[in-house]
Amino acid sequence: MNYTIDILRQENRVAQPYRQTVHFATDDAEMTVATLLKTLNATPDLTDTDGKAVSEIEWECSCLQKKCGACAMRINKKPQLACDTKLGEFKDGKISLEPLKKFPVIADLIVDRSVMFENLKNIGLWLEKEARHTKKGEDVAYEASRCLQCGCCLEVCPNFIPGEDFYSAASFVPSGRVLSELPKKDKADILNSYVDKIYKGCGKSLSCRDICPAQIDIEHLLVNNNAVAVWKRFLK
Amino acid sequence: MSINIIGAGLAGLSAALTLAEQNIPCNLVSYAQSERSQSVMAEGGINAALDTSGEQDTVEEHYADTLKGGVYLADENAVWGLCSHAPEIVTKLDRLGVPFSHNDRGIVQRYFGGQKKKRTAYVKASTGKMLVTALIDEVRKYEVKGLITRYPRHRFVQLVLDDGTCKGVRIADRFTGEPTVLPGSVIIACGGMAGLFDGMTTGSTHNTSDAVATLFSQGVELSNLEFVQYHPTTIGISGKRLLISEAARGEGGRLFVRRNGEPWYFMEEKYPELKNLMPRDVVSAEMVAVTARDDCETQVYLDMTGIDKKVWKSRLSDLGDQCIHYIAVDPIKEPIPVSPGIHYFMGGIRVDEKHRTNIDDLFAAGECACQYHGANRLGGNSLLGAIYGGRVAAQSAMEKAGDEHIKAEVPYQTKTDHYEVSPALAERISAVLYRSLPIMRNEADMAAAQQELNAMLTPDLNEAEKRRLYLALAMVRSAINRKESRGAHKRTDYPERDDTNYRKQSVVSFKDGQIILTLSDIPERRTK
Repeated sequence: MNYTIDILRQENRVAQPYRQTVHFATDDAEMTVATLLKTLNATPDLTDTDGKAVSEIEWECSCLQKKCGACAMRINKKPQLACDTKLGEFKDGKISLEPLKKFPVIADLIVDRSVMFENLKNIGLWLEKEARHTKKGEDVAYEASRCLQCGCCLEVCPNFIPGEDFYSAASFVPSGRVLSELPKKDKADILNSYVDKIYKGCGKSLSCRDICPAQIDIEHLLVNNNAVAVWKRFLK
Repeated sequence: MSINIIGAGLAGLSAALTLAEQNIPCNLVSYAQSERSQSVMAEGGINAALDTSGEQDTVEEHYADTLKGGVYLADENAVWGLCSHAPEIVTKLDRLGVPFSHNDRGIVQRYFGGQKKKRTAYVKASTGKMLVTALIDEVRKYEVKGLITRYPRHRFVQLVLDDGTCKGVRIADRFTGEPTVLPGSVIIACGGMAGLFDGMTTGSTHNTSDAVATLFSQGVELSNLEFVQYHPTTIGISGKRLLISEAARGEGGRLFVRRNGEPWYFMEEKYPELKNLMPRDVVSAEMVAVTARDDCETQVYLDMTGIDKKVWKSRLSDLGDQCIHYIAVDPIKEPIPVSPGIHYFMGGIRVDEKHRTNIDDLFAAGECACQYHGANRLGGNSLLGAIYGGRVAAQSAMEKAGDEHIKAEVPYQTKTDHYEVSPALAERISAVLYRSLPIMRNEADMAAAQQELNAMLTPDLNEAEKRRLYLALAMVRSAINRKESRGAHKRTDYPERDDTNYRKQSVVSFKDGQIILTLSDIPERRTK
């Protein structure tokens, strides 16, 4: 199978973006976009469809098995993990690779997701007291702890704008752990920020639920968090 | 007082937290955010003799199993520290909100390799991710308080050394190259050396081995490099080996090979006591042996079809999903094909019981350090070793951090050229190492590898490439030098264990362009 890969490139934070197209042939339909990128970068004297030299394509990965969230990018316009996207999915052989749009580009397909980590600080996501374990709480905490902080949910969220007040799923998913594990009297700080930074801004489109590469049960977590934080139905 | 931690996986997080809890500030430097660290990939669990299963488990047994699993090559004092602190560590993780399963006795534990009692606390097959999440949240608290300063997206450049003492560390922004010098003592927690076997391990691509190679070139001693763990149950997927957690066997999964067309549960026949849960070195070697037989097929299968549905749902759902996703086989319904793959490096930076290296004010913890696991690591001891080791390294750094000399000014802060190992050379080195350091090794193949690696050391290479080659050579030469079979180092030409000559630690150092190999005695056990 011959693939045509169109990559949106940008040398550094301030450079002008440009498109570059390369051809790649393989019969391995199981090959992931992550392996494709690694292979392209290891190809000596790689040239694009205009015969120009292709410099190293900057992208990030770590685990290569959808456990770390590093390799999130827009693949044929859809935010997803490069390690979780197989070439066999592209029946027409056309693949477009772009960086996530809602974050500043650092280089090529690498974006600066610092805002996500800053937001977690801003909502005060940590336990001030010892965790309290309940059976239901364990399940919620497990699901909430699975968040990869990849940013795919923010990319599709109609309400999330970086730097603005609504923090979206990348904050409310991990909040589920702390909300489920803190005794009622110790939840005050995070409850306040939850209402301000999450509940008030969420339009409940749930586009995050459908895009999450970890397939976290986001809707359930949202309902649960809101019950605890907004409607004060504290978990027993 | 200034302490710098290089690496923000579990060992680095643990070190930072230990310091912050004592009100001591630190810098936490990492190539990427902690969410991207290899620690999140750890699956099966963390060991501690909590004795919540009514089996009268004890710290003494955890200690004995760890030493035996490591074929008596580990530092007994260090292992005692590890095992005796394990219950308190796991209890603390529980308080930090790791969603371990509980019953009326406390945290539920599962069986794991090389241990006769249920000693492994777990969260399904995602234990590493759950631990990392809880520690990230806890570290965040101290970031906001200003006690922990993160430097994400930075790479380690080199140590600042002065007369055999570590005075600080040079780091650089991965993207702009902007240099920073952080004065003070340094804790290295940079992970294992997966990059030496590029694309052939279960590990993270971030663990290139370059930090360890640089430290080696700067005079830091390494130890036991020949001990590379092949995990028995892995599957090749695009770009890497996918781990099938030992939890699969802990919960009842069985290994078989077809012999004359019929399933042969060889581990159960050969090892009636621990069966499929023998230590990993033993299982992997048996898999090599049975698949080499004329009457057996060449593929081993892991049969999980007998596991109770409730167990699947509550303890292994993530593992089941992973098999369906990556190999399109539902392990509830049919056995999955597995083979051994490189998973862990028992060797690394040589540290003593207090995680001190041979360089003053330089410490190391986690997989990059050689400690606790001897010749073969038991499953469930790596998460424990990372957390406990990070803590001990931080405590040792604290003890020394009051010394005046650490406050000395660090002289320079200049941008230097950055070199990386070319993908082509990385691939060649990996191929040579993989070929010469399989589960069953021999002198001829390793000697040939040494020659090949030496031949690759040409003047046109950049500094990073030379350093990686020296590290690869150090590993091969350590393996050649150990003329016995022990744990993960099994030789067809020296099939016996030789305690008289080799119950010693391999030590390798780099001086004046030469790799120097020695064997060092293992410290005597102090009386309790």
